[in-house]
Amino acid sequence: MTDAKWPLWEVFVRAKNGLSHKHAGSVHAADARMAIEAARDVYTRRMEGVSLWVVPSSAIVASDPKETTDLFEPAADKVYRHPTFYTIPEGVKNI
Amino acid sequence: MYTTELKDKNQKSAAVSLADEDPEKLAAFEARVAADDFIEPKDWMPEAYRKTLVRQISQHAHSEIVGMLPEGNWITRAPNLRRKSILLAKVQDEGGHGLYLYAAAETLGTSREEMIEALHSGKAKYSTIFNYPTLTWADIGAIGWLVDGAAIMNQVPLQRTSYGPYARAMVRICKEESFHQRQGYEIMSVLAQCTPEQKRMAQDALDRWWWPSLMMFGPPDDKSPNTAQSVRWRIKRETNDELRQRFVDVTVPQAEAIGLRVPDAALKWNEARGHYDFGEIDWEEFYAVVRGEGPVAKERNTARVRAWEEGAWVRDAAAAHASKRAMKIAAE
Repeated sequence: MTDAKWPLWEVFVRAKNGLSHKHAGSVHAADARMAIEAARDVYTRRMEGVSLWVVPSSAIVASDPKETTDLFEPAADKVYRHPTFYTIPEGVKNI
Repeated sequence: MYTTELKDKNQKSAAVSLADEDPEKLAAFEARVAADDFIEPKDWMPEAYRKTLVRQISQHAHSEIVGMLPEGNWITRAPNLRRKSILLAKVQDEGGHGLYLYAAAETLGTSREEMIEALHSGKAKYSTIFNYPTLTWADIGAIGWLVDGAAIMNQVPLQRTSYGPYARAMVRICKEESFHQRQGYEIMSVLAQCTPEQKRMAQDALDRWWWPSLMMFGPPDDKSPNTAQSVRWRIKRETNDELRQRFVDVTVPQAEAIGLRVPDAALKWNEARGHYDFGEIDWEEFYAVVRGEGPVAKERNTARVRAWEEGAWVRDAAAAHASKRAMKIAAE
């Protein structure tokens, strides 16, 4: 059993309540509990967090860089989705 | 801790010919890097870029791990509880740094097992600095001040290195590293102000660690064939000699401030250049240490392999516990 590969886990840390969990890095661990403990030792030694998520890396589905154009470029020509696109008569307030 | 890219002089270059790459993809890649864009794991990259990164990042990771040995050796002999807690925290940080870096290298398609195996078999290199012995408590001061100081000098520009996971690991590491240097300098400055014997001990440590620290920046630029390519690909952002000069410039006044003397008769402020001139480095010694002939190279490797082997029961127990729990959950 020695040297069997432990799965990789992605670690997400919530810095403080009110903020969302943010990706911090990854650890290898035999199971979820061990991943939490390793993540605590590695990513929160300096009060970086109040809550941890660990997710098996194999469970993450990522977009492919090859489809970056297809996925994200359509947003580039839709500036009317931003409030600054619109002209408002001078002097009008609270809008 | 840090290592510059190390290779035996007679070790052949592992670089894959760029001529074999798709010219269109290569041009697009180079344009992105030149525009300071970050390259992420799933992006296309030339094989030579991937290989160089795997080698550099894994050597860097190994340096963090091996770097725990000379310092860990002093934890039980730290002169008081304050120093002991600090050293323990520093050594733990180094372990964490090794982990961030192994994880970054793993995103390039190598595995943790392959890297550990390369370290234990002696195939992989790590910073030459750790193959020197730590003889006295002052050496722990000198390591923090000089070795971590040199590491910071190297690592700060790497926060903008072109490979995203490596850059992010460096951001975390740099944040944690500055306490390492300051605690070392504090040890040296306290010793330098105490009894004549303690001051001699601090001076002796500086005498022994100064030159090996300068060697940490790697061979001079004209003997460092990979530098140009690595700078072009923004893997490195400054050359070995530039970083070494900056280290000398900031460290000499720090030695003077605590009444210690840098062991270099040729050291002199050069007004015209705005830098210190310093003596010739013994590169033969450097290459000998790279080849594995450092004073304590064998001890380091033995200690590392022993730690791994003696930890086998912990890994076995964790694996057994995990499978038992998995079975229990399945049965519920």
